[in-house]
Amino acid sequence: MDYFTQQLINGLVLGSIYGLIAIGYTMVYGIVGMINFAHGDIFMIGGFIALITFLILISLGLTAIPVILLVVLLVSMAITALYGWTIERIAYRPLRHSFRLAPMLSAIGMSFVLTNYSQVAQGARVKPIPPFITGGYTLHESADGFVIQLSNIQIMVVITTIVLLAIFTWLVSRTRLGRDMRACEQDQTMAALLGVDVDRTISMTFVIGAALAAVAGLMYLLYYGLVDFFMGFVAGIKAFTAAVLGGIGSLPGAMLGGLAIGLIETFWSAYFSVEYKDVAAFSILIVVLIFMPTGLLGRPEVEKV
Amino acid sequence: MGIPALLKTAFINALIALVLFSLMIGIRTEAGSSGQLTYWTRFGELASLVAAVFGGSIVIELLRQWIGPTGAEKLVPPGVQSGLSFIGRYLAPALLIFTLLVPVIFYNQRYILDLAILVLTYVMLGWGLNVVVGLAGLLDLGYVAFYAVGAYSYGLLATNFGWSFWICLPLAGILAAFWGVLLGFPVLRLRGDYLAIVTLAFGEIIRLVIINWQDLTGGPNGVSGIPRPSFFGIPLDSSEDGLAARLGIEYSPTHRIVFLFYLILALALLTNWVTIRLRRLPIGRAWEALREDEVACRALGINTTTTKLTAFATGAMFGGFAGAFFATRQGFISPESFTFQESALVLAIVVLGGMGSQLGVALAALAMIGGFELFRSLETYRMLVFGMAMVLIMIWRPRGLIGHRAPTVYLTKAQAISSDLVKEGHG
Repeated sequence: MDYFTQQLINGLVLGSIYGLIAIGYTMVYGIVGMINFAHGDIFMIGGFIALITFLILISLGLTAIPVILLVVLLVSMAITALYGWTIERIAYRPLRHSFRLAPMLSAIGMSFVLTNYSQVAQGARVKPIPPFITGGYTLHESADGFVIQLSNIQIMVVITTIVLLAIFTWLVSRTRLGRDMRACEQDQTMAALLGVDVDRTISMTFVIGAALAAVAGLMYLLYYGLVDFFMGFVAGIKAFTAAVLGGIGSLPGAMLGGLAIGLIETFWSAYFSVEYKDVAAFSILIVVLIFMPTGLLGRPEVEKV
Repeated sequence: MGIPALLKTAFINALIALVLFSLMIGIRTEAGSSGQLTYWTRFGELASLVAAVFGGSIVIELLRQWIGPTGAEKLVPPGVQSGLSFIGRYLAPALLIFTLLVPVIFYNQRYILDLAILVLTYVMLGWGLNVVVGLAGLLDLGYVAFYAVGAYSYGLLATNFGWSFWICLPLAGILAAFWGVLLGFPVLRLRGDYLAIVTLAFGEIIRLVIINWQDLTGGPNGVSGIPRPSFFGIPLDSSEDGLAARLGIEYSPTHRIVFLFYLILALALLTNWVTIRLRRLPIGRAWEALREDEVACRALGINTTTTKLTAFATGAMFGGFAGAFFATRQGFISPESFTFQESALVLAIVVLGGMGSQLGVALAALAMIGGFELFRSLETYRMLVFGMAMVLIMIWRPRGLIGHRAPTVYLTKAQAISSDLVKEGHG
């Protein structure tokens, strides 16, 4: 039971990270209707930028951890958001009215560009950083000596996710930008006729998605203590799985799907085999799509004839 | 656009580039021997990149003004377009004759022969995937899985049971087709993008299983010592029973290369022939109808289930053949050969060639694999350039370079159909 609780905690933390990436997929899919293949790589770039910012701040002699974290958060969100914006501008906007396959292939190309760009720029080896946030709480110690740990970093990941999710839900449901986004999701032509700047709204969607992916990258870096140039691919597919599982286009669905994938992966590793955890996650994608093509919280897709 | 506006655009682009590259290029990190990360600055590289963006955006903007707003169409005027389809009628036979003569012309140039075999392997893969993507309109991002199934079927059957290539080849095809049907079932209800992601996941599952099922597949070490193909039972070596000895000619290792060349050429032509024949049969027309409109297709009483499954199975079978050939050519296979990059490369060949166009796919394979060879010395930049090329080609010509294909059915006179009129990837 203790082991189970510990795995539950680990799974929820991992799931929060997947959920943050999945939101970017869901938003872009909801509005533009394309799978942004490069999104996983934007998450990876976010991790790298956080890592480099950490190194610079530490070598500048900063010691106050909250200050460092805040600066790293802001810098990585800002630069990664600019990556998202630029990619949309270069690779997706010219293809907006092209046939369906073109943006997807362009996105696959962009994903290769980003992966290999960071390999060329930063080398192929894994980049580790020493643990920043240490310590934690012992929740329970059983008679046979098994300890349920809740580390500070785990608390931080979950709290950050909840706060961001709250800000984000407010943004979509209460602000002008959110209203424009929902309008574009319904019908882009109609929204444009009614005075919504569609181009700007789509750009902002990419910017917000990339910024959330950057936070996920920072959390990943803090939680696992490393980044590498190839981590975007697998994380990207899993986050997409999460988005599909939750019902693509639905924001709470993306978070729920992320948590589900995180839990499934963690429990699979804990009770079955670590080697096959990715196989389990991908199999779930296939199974979900067979039995629930619209996901957990998704709306049924209306067939346009 | 005046000069001040031009400079302003270039300046903004350079500023964006500066922010984008500042940390990733300007600072280089490396883990030292003790695991401690060190970093050093590379401001020179950063400055030259930003300067390149500044200069590049001025050049692009000037070019755009010079060519005009409809630059892409002007580069390939409609006259050339129709001329291309005219040439196409004679290009294909000419190309085929040239290909048949390649081993004769380049007999002493081993490198060119190897490259030709590689190109033909991708032509075959492209034609195989073309059945699924180009004809049936089902976007498959995991085609490499069938290639892997074919390669491992032959590799394992040949090394464990010593079966000959000619028995294993059909078996590899059947096994791959079987996996195609197996993958087909779950995706029957899916459309477009979902289909793409499920096939991608399937390709990854196959690769991960190959890596982790060490007892059977040897895991990351792969399968080695896969026997070379024989000339219908006669080995191609320097022994007494070898083909060279029986024919009474001097043995040369090039014989085997030439044999492999004609083998893959025959397999590729078989793929092409079967595809062209199938397209004229009811099933091929059903594929194309499915690609154009699934709802209308169902309304006409076409069984979309069998239509999709046969498309997947046929495409997968050819992938399996190509895989078996790959295994016998290399003599060694490992999971590294079957990554997502490979799937993307084959898909890029099909799309670049103009989906549904057999000639286009062959030319695109030649261009892509040839281009890849050019960048062989720049190993790390290769995929970077490949990715950029994919983006640029999509922006320039989203429907591929050869935008024409012969119609399946016509009333009185054959006319080439522009691929702009053809829908793809609707699933």
